[in-house]
Amino acid sequence: MSHPKAASQFLKDQANSHWHDETLWMVREKRDIISKTIPEWEELRNLASQIKDNVLSNLDSYLEEFEANALKNGIQVHWAKDAHEHNQIVLGILQEKNCKAIVKSKSILTEECHLNPYLEKNGVEVVDTDLGERIVQFLQQPPSHIVMPAIHLKKRDISALFHEKLDTEKGNEDPSYLTNAARLHLREKFLGSKVAITGVNFGIAETGEFVVCTNEGNADMGVHLADVHIACMGIEKIIPRRKDLGAFLRLLARSATGQPITNYNSHFRSPAKGKEIHIVLVDNGRTLQLGREKFKNSLKCIRCGACMNTCPIYRRSGGYSYGSTVPGPIGSILSPGLDMEKYSTLPFASTLCGSCSDVCPVKINIHEQLYEWRQEITKNHGEASKSIAMKLASVIFKSPLAYQFSGAMMRKAVRNLPKGLIYNPLNAWGKNRDLPEAPKESFQEWYKKNRK
Amino acid sequence: MSSREDILNSIRGIQREKKPLPDLPDYRLGDDLVDLFTRAILANKGEVMNREEFEIWLSSSDFQQIVSIPESFQSYSTQELPEDPHQLDNLQLAILEAQFGVAENGAMWMDDSQLPHRVLPFITEHLVLVLSKQKLVDTMHQAYERIGDEHSGFGLFVAGPSKTADIEQSLVVGAHGAKSLRVVLI
Amino acid sequence: MRKREPSIGLFIPCYVDQFFPQVAVATLELLEKLGCKVTYPLGQTCCGQPLANAGYERDTAGSTRHFLELFKGFDYVVAPSGSCVLHVKEHFPELKGLEEDTKEVQERIYELTEFIIDVLKVDVLKGSFPKKVGYHSSCHGLRGLRLASSSEMNVSPFNKAKQLLEQIEGLEWVELSRTDECCGFGGTFSVTEEALSVQMGKDRLEDHQKHQVEIVTGGDMSCLMHLQGIADRSKSDLKFMHIAEILNQSLA
Repeated sequence: MSHPKAASQFLKDQANSHWHDETLWMVREKRDIISKTIPEWEELRNLASQIKDNVLSNLDSYLEEFEANALKNGIQVHWAKDAHEHNQIVLGILQEKNCKAIVKSKSILTEECHLNPYLEKNGVEVVDTDLGERIVQFLQQPPSHIVMPAIHLKKRDISALFHEKLDTEKGNEDPSYLTNAARLHLREKFLGSKVAITGVNFGIAETGEFVVCTNEGNADMGVHLADVHIACMGIEKIIPRRKDLGAFLRLLARSATGQPITNYNSHFRSPAKGKEIHIVLVDNGRTLQLGREKFKNSLKCIRCGACMNTCPIYRRSGGYSYGSTVPGPIGSILSPGLDMEKYSTLPFASTLCGSCSDVCPVKINIHEQLYEWRQEITKNHGEASKSIAMKLASVIFKSPLAYQFSGAMMRKAVRNLPKGLIYNPLNAWGKNRDLPEAPKESFQEWYKKNRK
Repeated sequence: MSSREDILNSIRGIQREKKPLPDLPDYRLGDDLVDLFTRAILANKGEVMNREEFEIWLSSSDFQQIVSIPESFQSYSTQELPEDPHQLDNLQLAILEAQFGVAENGAMWMDDSQLPHRVLPFITEHLVLVLSKQKLVDTMHQAYERIGDEHSGFGLFVAGPSKTADIEQSLVVGAHGAKSLRVVLI
Repeated sequence: MRKREPSIGLFIPCYVDQFFPQVAVATLELLEKLGCKVTYPLGQTCCGQPLANAGYERDTAGSTRHFLELFKGFDYVVAPSGSCVLHVKEHFPELKGLEEDTKEVQERIYELTEFIIDVLKVDVLKGSFPKKVGYHSSCHGLRGLRLASSSEMNVSPFNKAKQLLEQIEGLEWVELSRTDECCGFGGTFSVTEEALSVQMGKDRLEDHQKHQVEIVTGGDMSCLMHLQGIADRSKSDLKFMHIAEILNQSLA
């Protein structure tokens, strides 16, 4: 479905879309408030952006350094060219361990690779352990937000869902009660899983360690109780030095939810005695994106979700309106790189207001890349009608005579024709908006009379 | 060609401008670190107390299963540490020692040397961390400076109890990990 | 010896020329009251922004060439629109042989309030306008030209429009709940994403209304046209004026 269609459907439930807008705006406000308590905030954004620039320009050598150090630390390193190979590697490890049930903490990469359906098809039960992810998993939905996966749902919905799945009291909507039910349910899963999968927030080249951040503690509950920890990591998650974490951890949670740091920040360097850690390094289109000069900066993303919370479109159209694994502004510049045709309406789902670029902790020029994607998409997937209208406009704009003629005609039409007739061709404008009253003369005509 | 070579070669094939790695300035807070740290912990839904307050709190509670690791707190332990961490499932209280704390956000660092089982601070129902007032740093920059190139298989910053806001953005403390965090500043 | 008076070319965006000539007149008169000698080069068309933002920047060579011919050689080019100025500055296509002209015009073009503050350095405006005024920051002016500090950033707050309006006697600057959220106009977005565009506009209007604004003003008529279109449809009594109109009227 195109973004405009999905958005207008979401907007039909006015109360819900208003609530969605207000809720995410609240998160953005928390981010605004906390970022202003850090005097060096803008410098930190610059530094983080520069560190990522350096990473992108040396990605090959950092990956090799990371791998060498990880191997030295006793971690097993795998490389996957694409989603399919990633899924095969994970399944291979599970089969070797004869493991039929796993727990998984939040990983947008595994969503991108559609790991869950692949494993399930191959007889593995996957339990997502982040509360929001467990909720959407019960509903067989993807996350609608990368940090708040169930932000589109009301506690009423979750109460009904938990009543059905976890046998909670009917009608009990208390978030504490519902969370505790999930705690008890997932505790059993944590205790029973031999393998746990996590994503990776940062991989550090100089040490070969990687960092996973959560508030719930679900990643750690999973991996420390399991025998095998599989960490799935996009190749762009590398940072050079341990001390770079100082900058990134100061920015990440403040940008994401307005808290000073996530409550758990785990640094994995070597497996505990008798256990295993595997890292799967995944490309899946990232090297292609790195090769696109205008779009490579999108790979700086640290997945904080701040651009979603601030985006006036995302807040009012919901995550699903984008139809992509990563929704919102950052998703709209990442997704066309994966499939330009499928995601051709996403770069147009923006007013180019630029708020996304101003909140981005690594200073990705998101709105400028949206503009650039538009230039690419119209070369290949421009809707014919728009193209003709635009061609016509380009002729009118370069000829003063044609411009004056069409302008005068337009004003005359708006002044003299019945409303029904004018709003017909301008239907989309006039459905909910009046046109301005057309003046008798243009400024140019006035100027010739009054100043020349 | 292996996927490894394939990926690395694709990257090498891209013309890339060299971009320098910036130095990180030593940003500091400069205020009363104990006060800042305390406020940060409170904001993260934790509590800060001194040893006396801790003892009053502990004697008023009714924990049957306590594991306490710090040397001067070992007498509070009610049991030996099991070999299999799964047996910690019913643990009510873990008392651990943090190496240092960060004033800007309340994060406290531990590594394998404080954690006989890595799952301890997560699986326990309640968590107490013992931290010396002398061991506070300003921001995360000094935190990593302090960690330096220390080598541990696992390292962890804990800044508060387990929490979630996944149901309508209502904050609930006690998701999967410890339902409370108390810091005993000594 | 007297310094040569700087030459100022007035750039009037196409939709202002056709639908809001009063805004262009106000801009011209205001600049004249501030002591400027202003020329309006005849034969202006559109700067090409609607095409470029719709993904057809490559088709704007003709309008760009025409624009450069009209405006090269002026010491300053001034326009009552942040959005069109941003287009000239950032999205003019590269034209062989015209690189110098392009660069020159891009360096010399100013949005109206920015010109008054940064070039004319006007710090006293004597006039009166006893109304409660709500300001709509156009995104291109705000985050593109940095005419004000954006609410997202941790920088010292400033706002060039506010700096001017606050000097006007009796004018009450109204603070909004969301100081600089987009109105949803967005050029072709206003028709391709009609439902969202209108909802965003309604939300913006509600913010002004709930703060008892009488007149909504701003530096971009395109945003105001969109907001006014929605307000008029719902028979709201909110009034809309370009900032040039308020300043010009006050300085009478």
